[in-house]
Amino acid sequence: MTGAAFFITSDQFHCGVSLLVGGGPGRHRMLDPAGPQAGNIEWLYWVIFWILLVVFVLTIAGFARAAARTRTSATEMLPIVKDPEGDRRAHWAVGSAVAVTVLTLFAILVMSVITGKKVEGLTSQNPITIQVIGHQWWWEVIYPNAQADQTVTTANEIHVPVGKPIVLLTNSADVIHSFWAPSINGKRDLLPGYSSAFWIQIDQPGVYHGQCAEFCGLQHAHMGFSIVAESASAFAQWQERQLKPAPDPADPEPRRGRQVFLTHACLMCHTIRGTGAGSRFGPDLTHLASRSMIAAETLPNTRGALAGWIVDPQRIKPGNQMTPNPLEPDDLEALVSYLGTLN
Amino acid sequence: MQTDLALWSAVAGMLMLLACSREERQFRPSPPASEVINSVQVSGLNPGANPVGAPAAPEYYQESAYAVSQGKTLFNEYNCSGCHANGGGGIGPPLMDNYWIYGSEPGNIFTTIIQGRPNGMPSFRNRIPEFQAWEIVAYVRSLSGLLPKDVAPSRSDQFYVKPPEQSMPYQVPTGITGKPEPPK
Repeated sequence: MTGAAFFITSDQFHCGVSLLVGGGPGRHRMLDPAGPQAGNIEWLYWVIFWILLVVFVLTIAGFARAAARTRTSATEMLPIVKDPEGDRRAHWAVGSAVAVTVLTLFAILVMSVITGKKVEGLTSQNPITIQVIGHQWWWEVIYPNAQADQTVTTANEIHVPVGKPIVLLTNSADVIHSFWAPSINGKRDLLPGYSSAFWIQIDQPGVYHGQCAEFCGLQHAHMGFSIVAESASAFAQWQERQLKPAPDPADPEPRRGRQVFLTHACLMCHTIRGTGAGSRFGPDLTHLASRSMIAAETLPNTRGALAGWIVDPQRIKPGNQMTPNPLEPDDLEALVSYLGTLN
Repeated sequence: MQTDLALWSAVAGMLMLLACSREERQFRPSPPASEVINSVQVSGLNPGANPVGAPAAPEYYQESAYAVSQGKTLFNEYNCSGCHANGGGGIGPPLMDNYWIYGSEPGNIFTTIIQGRPNGMPSFRNRIPEFQAWEIVAYVRSLSGLLPKDVAPSRSDQFYVKPPEQSMPYQVPTGITGKPEPPK
């Protein structure tokens, strides 16, 4: 293994630091909630923060007082003094401190339970259903529909309408992952072989960043996703576009690129609807060009990044399931041109 | 005296740990190995005594537990299981028995995957990169106990009726290996 596994780009570093202060691709801040559930969690955070601040100040004040008291300069052993009055005061002080601690912890417990109930209480008769399946190391996103040809399949970029309850049906294809978008809700573990439902609602339009929050192997740190919250009409438009199969490319170069795609290892793992490629091991590429990032939010979706990723994905994310593809330069150019037409 | 013995055996035990080596995973095969195989070979006939199309297997793939487990993943994802099931066969012949129609050596199986075989086995030339084909070869051999037990996969992620590959007994290959064919 090379040292590349431990290579962290400044972007990711930013992302880690930004949990509280903000930055990185998309909003990724627990203290900047975008929906009712994150709002509840933020409220609980501040309640506990202020309680702990008071406890901290009192503790430090006690230490400071003790430190400030003059020490005795006696060199011989001091006589033992019986002080029943002082003992009683000490008993009272310790007893009431214990009682206050227990009551405070109990109050926090009650507030946690109430917050948990509120967060879980979101429900609707007619929600948008989205299936999220964790893979090593990317997210498969499916918008199921009773009519098979109305099902949208995409990856790593989840589009949702604002202000509408959304139910996420979670599952995992391999190991335990955890779905966490700090601006939207708490974490939810994705367990292999166990489907569970998880509700979210986003009230402010925007792009929100999320991250796998359960260590899932070498590239756990490079397993991000984004949630794009948009108006109902923009969401409907997006969905309609995603439902279309890939168009036949008009220009000769992308046409040749499609030929490269269909005659090399690409089609063993990827789907492009409208062509012969239909494997579901890797992300669906039918509308690859409509996404802003590739490789689970690792690289921007530019021509150069895409070409680099295709040729040597093991340099960028060592251990991932994509095979290196040492294509001829002409073939690679054509292939990237073709992938650029998939929007 | 007794503490001395305990001390020295502890030291010896720790020294023995130094002899352990960790299995290394290869994520970036050399560029030629990740190429898809382009050479076209339409006929099995060729002049001379050289056996056709049985390249020597790189040893790494037969010795690396990681490579074999990758082979197991690919066996399902590339839909080998579509015809061979989980080794029991169906549309294609079973792979967990001792009978090898085209040979049990890694090179034979590699050729079978890359070139295809008559009556159904498709050719995966141009589709499966060379190193992945070798990984699948190693996994296929583990199905009938031809790999060492510390390399063959243990428990599966899904529930299978069959025992894990690690528990498969070694089955003496028959078929074109020169040994008698099993009774039909």
